Amino acid sequence: MELTCVECPMGCKITVEEKGGNKEFFGYSCPRGKLYAENEVVDPKRVVTSTVKTASGEVIPVKTDKPVSKKDMYKVMQVINSITCTLPVKTGDIIKENVYGANIISAKTVK
Amino acid sequence: MNSYDVIIIGGGPAGLAAAISCYDNGVKDILILEREKELGGILNQCIHNGFGLARFKESLTGPEYAERFIDGVIKRNIKYLTETTVLSVSSDKKVTAINSDNGVFTVSGKAIILSMGCRERSRGALNVAGTRPAGVYSAGTAQKYVNILGYMPGKSVVILGSGDIGLIMARRMTLEGAKVHAVCEIMPHSSGLKRNIVQCLDDFDIPLYLNHTIVKIEGDKRVTGVVIAKVDENRKPIKGTEVHFDCDTVLFSVGLIPENELSKTCGVELSPKTKGAVVYENRETSVEGVFACGNVLQVHDLVDFVSEEAEIAGKSAALFVKNGKVDREVVNTICGDNVSYTLPQRINKKATENVKVFFRVNKVIKNCTVLVECGGKIILQKKKKICVPGEMETALILQDKLSGLSGDITVSVKGEL
Repeated sequence: MELTCVECPMGCKITVEEKGGNKEFFGYSCPRGKLYAENEVVDPKRVVTSTVKTASGEVIPVKTDKPVSKKDMYKVMQVINSITCTLPVKTGDIIKENVYGANIISAKTVK
Repeated sequence: MNSYDVIIIGGGPAGLAAAISCYDNGVKDILILEREKELGGILNQCIHNGFGLARFKESLTGPEYAERFIDGVIKRNIKYLTETTVLSVSSDKKVTAINSDNGVFTVSGKAIILSMGCRERSRGALNVAGTRPAGVYSAGTAQKYVNILGYMPGKSVVILGSGDIGLIMARRMTLEGAKVHAVCEIMPHSSGLKRNIVQCLDDFDIPLYLNHTIVKIEGDKRVTGVVIAKVDENRKPIKGTEVHFDCDTVLFSVGLIPENELSKTCGVELSPKTKGAVVYENRETSVEGVFACGNVLQVHDLVDFVSEEAEIAGKSAALFVKNGKVDREVVNTICGDNVSYTLPQRINKKATENVKVFFRVNKVIKNCTVLVECGGKIILQKKKKICVPGEMETALILQDKLSGLSGDITVSVKGEL
C-alpha cells in the first residue's frame, strides 16, 4: 500500500509492507510522518475546521482540538452546524466539549 | 501632511511581519494601511489548518496564524488604519489614501513597504465559452462567502483548476453538504500541494480530471451545467471527448496575480516572469527606499515563507531609514534549464547575510539536481527526489561565497540522464 503524508507540504510517499503480521513503513522523512502512516492504516484521522454561527448572525472559525476519525467527520460537522455560540470568545476557548473524542475550540479571538 | 519613517501598504501576513521586523530593528514610527475591516488579510478566510508548520512547528488555521502577528503589532503599539484604501504611491514616497473618517489624505514616508498581496485570475482571463449566468465564482470569493459571511454559494459544484484554494474549497463545500462533481485541471499535473490532493479530494472521493478543461458554461439566470473536455498536448480541447455535468455552481481556481497597480504608480520595475517587482536580496525595488514582500512580489505556496520574506523587507526598510542608501556591487540571477523564475533577481556582492534564492521549475522533474553556477563555477549543487511547478524551491547562497562571484548566477534543475 502507498500513502501520501499530509503532515506538511513535502507530501512524502510512504509505502506500507506487511511482514509476518507486522506493518513496516518506508519513505517517511520525520517522526510525524511515521506516526501519520501508522494511524492512517488503522484509523485515519483528520482535524476538522469549520465555522460556528453566533447569536448576532456572524460566523467564527472553529476547529477540533485534535484529529477525529475520518469516518466521523460528517457527524462532527452536524454537531458544529447545530451550535450557536455567544461572544466574546478567545482563540482556544472550548465551544463544545467531547465531540467524537475531540473538543470544538475557537480559532479566533472575537469581541 | 503627516510623515512616518515607514509606511506599509497592506495589513496581511506580509505587512504584519514586515512591521514587526522593522520595529524590532529599531525603527518604530510605522503606519500600516489596510483596505479591509480588520488586519490579517486573506488568512482571515483561510479557516483550514496547515499554516505555520515551518515557523511554529504546529498546524494552525489561517486566523490563528494571523492572530499571532496581529498581537505582535498591537503589543508594540504599531499604528494602523483599517478600511483605508491606498489610491497611489509616488516615487518620492508620498502615499495617497482614502477612508470614511479622513476622506482623501496624503502621508509621506522615508521608506515604503509594498505588501498588497495578490488577486485571483477570473473567468474573463480564460475566455471560457458559454452564457453568463449567476453561480460562477472565483474559489476565493466562494471561500469568503462560506467562511466569513456564512452563506453557501451553491449545492452542486464543478471546479476548474487544481490550485490550492480550489482544492480547499472542494473539501469545504463537501463538508457543508454540497456535491462536488469534479475538479478539472488543464495541465497533466496539479498545481496544488500534494497533501491537499490527498486530504481535500481523495478523502472525499472527488475525481480530479487532469488534462481537462471546461469548454462551455450553460444556464440562463443561474448555471445549469458545464461541458468539460480532454485537451491535447497544446492544451486545445479534443473533439469527441466532451462530458456534461449538471451543476448550479462553477468555481475558478486558475492562478493568482500579484496586485501591483500601486507599484506601477511609483515607477517600480516589474518582472514579466513573477508579475511582481524586480528586487535586490534585501527586497528593495528599483525605486530607492521602496521595498516589496509577500504575494505582491511572488506568489508563495506557504505563508511561513511570506513571513520570512517580509521580515527581510522590514529589516531592510529599518536599515534604510537609519543608514540611507545601500552600497552595492550587483550580480543578476538568471533562469537556467527548467527554471521559470528566480527571486531575488539582483544580489549585492557586499550583502552581509546568506541569500536564499527562491525559484520554480516549469515542469515535473524527478530525481534531479539543483545547480547554482556563476562564471563556470558551481556554487551549490543538491539532489532532489522531485521538483514540481506547484512547489517553490530554494537555494541558499552562503554569505562568504558572495564576494567571489564574477558575473551572473544561473539556477538550473537537471533531470536524470
